[in-house]
Amino acid sequence: MKLSGADIIVRTLIEQGATTVFGYPGGQIINVYDSLYKYRGEITHILTAHEQGAAHAADGYARATGRAGVVIATSGPGATNLVTGIATAYLDSVPMVAITGNVPTTQLGTDSFQEIDITGITLPITKHNYVVGSVEELADTIREAFRLAVSGRPGPVLIDVPKDIQVAQCEFTEQPKPVEAEPRQAAKEIRIRDAAECINLSQRPFIYFGGGMTNSDAQEELYKLAEVLDAPIGCSLMGISAIPTDHPRFLGMQGMHGHYASSMAMHRADCIIALGVRFNDRVTGNRAKFATHAQIVHIDVDGAELDKTVYAAHSMRGDLKLTLQKLIPLLEQKKLPEWRKTIEGLKAEERRTLDNRPGLTPRSAILTLNEYLGENTPVATDVGQHQMWTAQNIVLKNKRRFLSSGGLGTMGFGMGAAMGAALATRERAVLVTGDGGFGMCLNELATAVTYNIPLVILLMNNGVLGMVRQWQTLFFDKHYSNTVLERKTDFVKLAEAFGAKGYHAETPEQLDEALKKAFSEQGPVVVECMIDKDEFVLPMLPPGGSMDDIITKVGESDE
Amino acid sequence: MNNFTIAVLVRNQFGVLNRVTSMFRRRRFNINSLTVSETESPGLSRITITSSGLETDKKQLINQLYKLPDVCSIKELNITESVTCELMLIKVKNDPESRADVRDAASAFGAKTLDYTRDSIIMRLTGTSRELDAFTDLMRDYTILEICRTGIVSLERGATTISKMEI
Repeated sequence: MKLSGADIIVRTLIEQGATTVFGYPGGQIINVYDSLYKYRGEITHILTAHEQGAAHAADGYARATGRAGVVIATSGPGATNLVTGIATAYLDSVPMVAITGNVPTTQLGTDSFQEIDITGITLPITKHNYVVGSVEELADTIREAFRLAVSGRPGPVLIDVPKDIQVAQCEFTEQPKPVEAEPRQAAKEIRIRDAAECINLSQRPFIYFGGGMTNSDAQEELYKLAEVLDAPIGCSLMGISAIPTDHPRFLGMQGMHGHYASSMAMHRADCIIALGVRFNDRVTGNRAKFATHAQIVHIDVDGAELDKTVYAAHSMRGDLKLTLQKLIPLLEQKKLPEWRKTIEGLKAEERRTLDNRPGLTPRSAILTLNEYLGENTPVATDVGQHQMWTAQNIVLKNKRRFLSSGGLGTMGFGMGAAMGAALATRERAVLVTGDGGFGMCLNELATAVTYNIPLVILLMNNGVLGMVRQWQTLFFDKHYSNTVLERKTDFVKLAEAFGAKGYHAETPEQLDEALKKAFSEQGPVVVECMIDKDEFVLPMLPPGGSMDDIITKVGESDE
Repeated sequence: MNNFTIAVLVRNQFGVLNRVTSMFRRRRFNINSLTVSETESPGLSRITITSSGLETDKKQLINQLYKLPDVCSIKELNITESVTCELMLIKVKNDPESRADVRDAASAFGAKTLDYTRDSIIMRLTGTSRELDAFTDLMRDYTILEICRTGIVSLERGATTISKMEI
């Protein structure tokens, strides 16, 4: 069958199972939009308000499903508007295929109208990218992009298609099924054996996992490992929701604003088994003082993450699931009552530091939200204080249900991501956001209304850019430079103006009432929840500090 | 800090050199020398990189190279087990007073004169980077007008080849 390049793009997307795609049309991608029209019975295109929102939506779709999210944009500004979304996906290892139009091949390199070197721009934020050179190689390029996006450590891939290639025709044969990820491999046996010997000597083992856990689906092996080692489990921000947050061995998140017991347990461990993590500076603090008493066993699918920032006694490249399956039989069953006692002690200490003040506090707001979450509700966040409050207090049962920009820390990520997750899972999604982050991409409310996407937006409004302000309070002599918003936005009216519902809450009762209503609506609802501007995210490990510097309380005089 | 030489076979795609050097730039690896050329296989180019750093830097560099889909194979070339050379063109002033000395030095190093005019001499020298450095140093006693060096190329001794090595 002879098809145009544009038709081939859409047919190949359908062939790859990408039947919900996100994007925004324009001059150099108009042929693809004509094909989307032609095949509209087989593929749904979600038109966002801005290409950035489309990229985050494709990202959210991918995080919620594990399949590559697809975003389409035109050349020039359409393509550059994707950049933040692609970078967000890259830093969090999210599979994504971005397709951009470009000026005709003969005009490339001449600074034509809306021409931009998007493959040059996205070189450091994609796993790989392509400028398609001929219509004959188009279908296979797209297939290869899908394979690359989901293989090994997932990530975004961009395909730039000059207009003449969208127009040109060639033979097209649809493949019977989508491409598969490259086969997974366990780490080398000798390395696994060495690591097992090291772990067997441990008296205080700690298991620390990250986003790689979700990608490898190694949860069953993780539970088994924890049982054999009698070890507590912690995770990075990217690991949240990979296992139920109420799992009895789970101590919670590590890092700058991690759970106290989890961070302290890792600090006291004599052996850290690190699974699918990359020891980001937000986790380790001062690397010279990080886990000085511990032997680290590091397993990751990406060899370049081994010994990159933290030197492990035993590091091995391999798929988590397959490697753990080989490692576990080599381990001796442990019983570590003393270590357990230490952990229980840390948990008790943590309980004492929990914020149980009456009234509407950040923690009470998230705890109230928890009451309304279903088993499968995806919860997205933006970036800042609300993100950490959510990460610390949210209760999630199922994997791929916490969507947060961990690596890049992209404010404005949440709106798109929540929409993408809602569409992918056909579940009502929740976005927890702040007035800063929401302000960056609230235009996507229009999209949520248009497509009647079930979405509860819990907007924690404190009138300030709280996380930066917190740093200013602690480290910059309370010089609140440009963090006090003083905006006059009426978020209830704003929601209504977009065609959404809006509620306002200043007390716990009002919040409960508003959420009750919000969770019974069909489309998007904004629940504005007023938070005091001086609320802190605690505990806090100061940047570049070690566990000895952890701040668990801010004195009255500091407020 | 050690010098090391790495040979990389890459798919001969548009922009592949950019992908490799862009990775070096953003991850702040030093490049001391870099050459690219065609190989015995039509679809493959060979990049020879010399860099310096700690053992961990080298490992990281190799691991990051592996992540580029256009990279087919990588081999660290041990200096004692490989043949390494570089080519230099050097143009010096043709001065009647020093002419004989330049000629003697050139013949001692095995440099070949490619161009000879009233005012200048261009010589070609191939050898290890150290030999080229030594010759350059010698020529500093006269007037060097221009120097151009290719960067090093290197092959392993014996019958082993990079493409047969396990990644």
